Amino acid sequence: MISETDLVALSVTLKLAAVSTLTLLLLGTPLAWWLARTRWRFKFIPEALVALPLVLPPTVLGFYLLLFLGPHGPAGALTEALGGRSLAFTFTGLVIGSVIYSLPFVVQPLQDAFTAIGRRPLEAAATLRAAPVDRFLTVALPLARPGFLTATVLGFAHTLGEFGVVLMIGGNIPGETRVASIAIYDHVEGLDYLQAHWLSAVLLLMSFLLLIAVYGLNRRFRMVRP
Amino acid sequence: MSIRARFHIRQDAFELSVDLDLPGTGVTSLYGPSGCGKTSLLRAIAGLDHYPDGYLKVGRDIWQDAARFVPTHQRPLGYVFQEPSLFEHLDVRGNIAFGMKRIPASARRVSMDEAVELLGVGPLLERRPATLSGGERQRVAIARALAVSPRLLLMDEPLAAVDAGRKQEILPWIESLHRELDIPVIHVSHLPDEVAKFADFVVLLNDGAVLSSGSVQEVFSRLDLPLAHESGAAALVDARVAGFDETYRLTQLDFDGGQFRVTSGPMPTGSPVRLQVAAKDVSLTLERQAGTSILNILETTVEEISEEGEAGVLVRLRAASTPLLASITRKSAHELQLEPGKTVFAQVKSVALLT
Repeated sequence: MISETDLVALSVTLKLAAVSTLTLLLLGTPLAWWLARTRWRFKFIPEALVALPLVLPPTVLGFYLLLFLGPHGPAGALTEALGGRSLAFTFTGLVIGSVIYSLPFVVQPLQDAFTAIGRRPLEAAATLRAAPVDRFLTVALPLARPGFLTATVLGFAHTLGEFGVVLMIGGNIPGETRVASIAIYDHVEGLDYLQAHWLSAVLLLMSFLLLIAVYGLNRRFRMVRP
Repeated sequence: MSIRARFHIRQDAFELSVDLDLPGTGVTSLYGPSGCGKTSLLRAIAGLDHYPDGYLKVGRDIWQDAARFVPTHQRPLGYVFQEPSLFEHLDVRGNIAFGMKRIPASARRVSMDEAVELLGVGPLLERRPATLSGGERQRVAIARALAVSPRLLLMDEPLAAVDAGRKQEILPWIESLHRELDIPVIHVSHLPDEVAKFADFVVLLNDGAVLSSGSVQEVFSRLDLPLAHESGAAALVDARVAGFDETYRLTQLDFDGGQFRVTSGPMPTGSPVRLQVAAKDVSLTLERQAGTSILNILETTVEEISEEGEAGVLVRLRAASTPLLASITRKSAHELQLEPGKTVFAQVKSVALLT
């Protein structure tokens, strides 16, 4: 059976995934909207930046974050000046890392969904007296619903599986930064294959169910659309 | 109310410069070949595209000048796109209510029920746009535009995306619009038939400029403009039902310049009708003929003559204020010694009812 400490690791993982996904949706929605609508000639540059975590080894990302958030980095210096401690090896630091790491998984489906809507429904809404924010909330968001579903689940599932970034900036503090993927690594290191099996199976099942949900629901959305 | 529009529209494929004074009542058609910029002009009027240096005044309100640009959602207009562009996430009722909910109650002059009834969309209210036919979707789009009680209704070829069979399904609804509501309409079209049927005022666009503008009767009968030649040369006459001759089953239609008697079946007295008189159905005589089977003979004055093909001429006539066209041979014109100012009798063999 799963041990008490592994349950704690699982709950840290779920909490991290939930907080990161929420942050990603809040930040990713305006970013995706802007990328989908802008006619800026250099928009490929922010697009490439968003996609970077897809190809970068997570350890590279984690390494730079460690430098940036650590006591000698600019962000670390700032938080210490404000009376806190550096964000490296904290839950907040993990959230920052996860958000960057999972950014493309949230921004790209949203951007695709917003692009697919096109300008026309928003123009129609404008001729029907809807102001820009109104148009976004009552036309763009509901029409992009399948994109939001995909973005939420992919962002969540991807954060569940995060390892490299956490390894670099998370440390291994039980109850704060010790997540399931790290716990599995520890079990294997310690040749405790039974515990590794349990925890791995839970993660595998959870991720699989989440993806089943995305694909299933998206299929249903497509069927009601023309 | 009148509409003053001055725009210089520059896009990749074309340029269009217009300086227009449009009537603030009835239907105005922007007519011209595909790609001449009609739709861009309509979009500029709606504020969907912003062209600097433009000027637009609707009634007493300035919608655009050097200093200001009223955004689309603050302009009291209705817009019907070429494709219905319904909100797929809302049902038909939600679509029609969308704009209506966003105007103050005091500004509502068209009720939901009125819009629904006028376009016959009552049975569709609970349906999703995805389940509607093309014709139904466009009717919902028109009802949705009307439900904001627009002070100006803009329509971009509302029939273009609808197949021929469905057109017949929508046409009567559009016709009833301007009969029943007193909302000025600006309508984009590349079909002479559509213009002949709906328009009161026409703006003829070609090669990036306004070729001519004026009442549909005048523009259709101008010999120097393509419409007189393109549309199978026909004059448009606005008449009113004056009575019905029970004995011979003929409807009498009065217009400024005389009366037509046509076989159409009884129509309510006083109702307005638009007639199309083809130039080839009009022959000319110097004296009023007796002993002829032709019922409709009008006294007219020759205004202008232009050559048409090798052997023909097109003659523009005027009966009181109403212009007419006659297509005759050059030889006949010569033998009758036709010239501007001469009085001739036009014998009209047949008249088509457009309404």
